[in-house]
Amino acid sequence: MSTEPQQPIIVCKDVHKWFGSFHVLRGINMEVQKGEVVVIFGPSGSGKSTFIRTINRLEEHQRGTIIVDGIELTHDVRNVEAVRMETGMVFQQFNLFPHLTVLQNITLAPIWVRKWPKDKAEKVAMELLERVGIPEQAPKYPGQLSGGQQQRVAIARALAMQPKIMLFDEPTSALDPEMIKEVLDVMIQLARSGMTMLVVTHEMGFARAVADRMYFFDQGQIVESGTPQEIFNNPKEDRTKLFLSQILQH
Amino acid sequence: MNTTSDSVTPPAPPRMLEWIQKNLFNGWLNSALTLIALVFLYFVVVSSARWAFFTADWRPVTTAPLLFLVGQYPREQLWRPGLSMLLSTFMIGISWGIWPRYLKAFSIFLVVLLAGMAIVPLETPTITLGIRAAFLAASLLIYAGYLLGRSKFVNARLAVMLWTVIAVLISLVLLPGIPKSSALPSVPTTAWGGLLITLLLAIGGILLSFPIGVLLALGRRSSLPVVKVFSILFIEVIRGVPLVTILFMFSVILALFLPAESRIDRILRALMGMVVFSAAYTAENVRGGLQAIPPGQVEAAKALGLNGFQTTTLIVLPQALRLVIPAIVGQFISLFKDTTLVVIVGINDLLGVGNSVLKLSPEFFRLQMEVYLFIAAIFWVFSYFMSYASLQLEKSLGVGER
Ligand SMILES: Nc1ncnc2c1ncn2[C@@H]1O[C@H](COP(=O)(O)OP(=O)(O)OP(=O)(O)O)[C@@H](O)[C@H]1O
Ligand SMILES: [Mg+2]
Repeated sequence: MSTEPQQPIIVCKDVHKWFGSFHVLRGINMEVQKGEVVVIFGPSGSGKSTFIRTINRLEEHQRGTIIVDGIELTHDVRNVEAVRMETGMVFQQFNLFPHLTVLQNITLAPIWVRKWPKDKAEKVAMELLERVGIPEQAPKYPGQLSGGQQQRVAIARALAMQPKIMLFDEPTSALDPEMIKEVLDVMIQLARSGMTMLVVTHEMGFARAVADRMYFFDQGQIVESGTPQEIFNNPKEDRTKLFLSQILQH
Repeated sequence: MNTTSDSVTPPAPPRMLEWIQKNLFNGWLNSALTLIALVFLYFVVVSSARWAFFTADWRPVTTAPLLFLVGQYPREQLWRPGLSMLLSTFMIGISWGIWPRYLKAFSIFLVVLLAGMAIVPLETPTITLGIRAAFLAASLLIYAGYLLGRSKFVNARLAVMLWTVIAVLISLVLLPGIPKSSALPSVPTTAWGGLLITLLLAIGGILLSFPIGVLLALGRRSSLPVVKVFSILFIEVIRGVPLVTILFMFSVILALFLPAESRIDRILRALMGMVVFSAAYTAENVRGGLQAIPPGQVEAAKALGLNGFQTTTLIVLPQALRLVIPAIVGQFISLFKDTTLVVIVGINDLLGVGNSVLKLSPEFFRLQMEVYLFIAAIFWVFSYFMSYASLQLEKSLGVGER
């Protein structure tokens, strides 16, 4: 049960997925403890996004089991809804709702899913906007914000549901270099506050700073995993070494 | 160019002259074209005005204005369409106060028009003092409604509720009446006609076909095979058939198959035909909007825990609909103009009245031009204000878009 600290909050056992006949995920095993920060990296097309999206069932897995906070993801819609209440997700392309203001973006789910009264939702939203450093943007529309500001709103929007787990799929890849830091700072602060995080990213500075474990994906499999020290200082697999040498050149 | 920095001179006239010189008389070719166009315009305007005021014979319109307004609606029951007009104009006024951006131009036009109709120097016995008073009252009610709508007593939600109640009351109680009652004796719809019918069909058609069209568009993308197949069949069959045929089918075939006592009223049948037709086209327009919404929007909504219904109504539809406003308003305008087709199933709408007025007297028979121009003008005015409102809506929704 989730009240027991030893029990992992995410358990994936032998997860497989196919797109048509294309075998995207080939037996992923992973356990994430409460409060852990996990970084997933690997070459393009290796299935990182697909994997992280199976955790809140934006993609269905076809074999194996995924258990999130004690709830197994099956075809049962109630389980899926329960898991989505516990997980927040931040996308590469922000995916803010352009027809709603920043404040409305953040309060939407608390009001409609958690059934909070509007003033409570707005109070929490403003606190979160303070936390990500842009309270003054509340009345604006997403289209009037910079990329970095939009991504920080997206993080606040996910946090407003008070999730136990946060999923990040390349949250800084669509940002100009000068905006990457402002988003990473928010994420580092979140990691240090004890949030359980699964982060697909190639920001190795972030991984070094806060990751507890790192997983290297290639061709739908976990090639290697370990602490940042192990991965950076002493990678075992040749494919990991090659990939790290390529991305660390920049 | 003469650019004077003297700030004392009034800036407007020189600017206009400058504009004229720069745009109309720059170079001899442009000047010649401008002159030719001006001469042409002069002749068109002058000869049209001369025709309208001196040659044209407007008696078909002026002898039977009530026919154009309400058809054969019993004259002793005229207070009922009259009250309907007063209620509607009051609501138009309230709406003007709440949504001035879209309704200001139309409302002011109506105020002036109705006031004009109250005092127009026409020597027709049918336009009694009472009717003139009603027009004047309607004109004043628009303004009274405006003042109320601007105040804090009425908000958009209340206005929509009032509109709904009043529309239902007018179309289901006030105009048709209650069978066997003495205060509101029933008036068969065969007696209804003119602008009354045209507006009822247009407004009813628009209000009913819009939600049905949206549902069909959503149904077409549904994951339930039955819903999906039904929606596709409905849309494609209706879109493959001309409106005239649909109107015939609804007025003849529906009447044949249903037993006489459960007969649906013929105006209702025509309305159903219009609704079905317009819904299929609305559905296709809305589908275009739905397709333009990036999948990331739905994913973000799902990831936040919103269910399918919430995702559709809160995220997808609001974005999709604002993309297709111009197309849908265009669809409504053509629906409005297409109401004239009900003439062929024997309904006496504005055009039907026009046709029958021409037969009122042998003298009128050659005055088709006048009658049809008059009807065309009415349709043009309504269509114009509809597209004007749509343009304003597009502009205001564009704010803050990405
Ligand atoms: N909906 C889909 N249908 C078919 N194939 C898909 C679909 N989504 C992804 N794929 C394929 O699955 C593979 C893995 O995709 P995925 O997006 O998970 O990779 P990734 O590791 O996130 O790569 P990137 O770093 O480019 O984001 C790719 O080859 C991709 O083309
Ligand atoms: Mg990816």
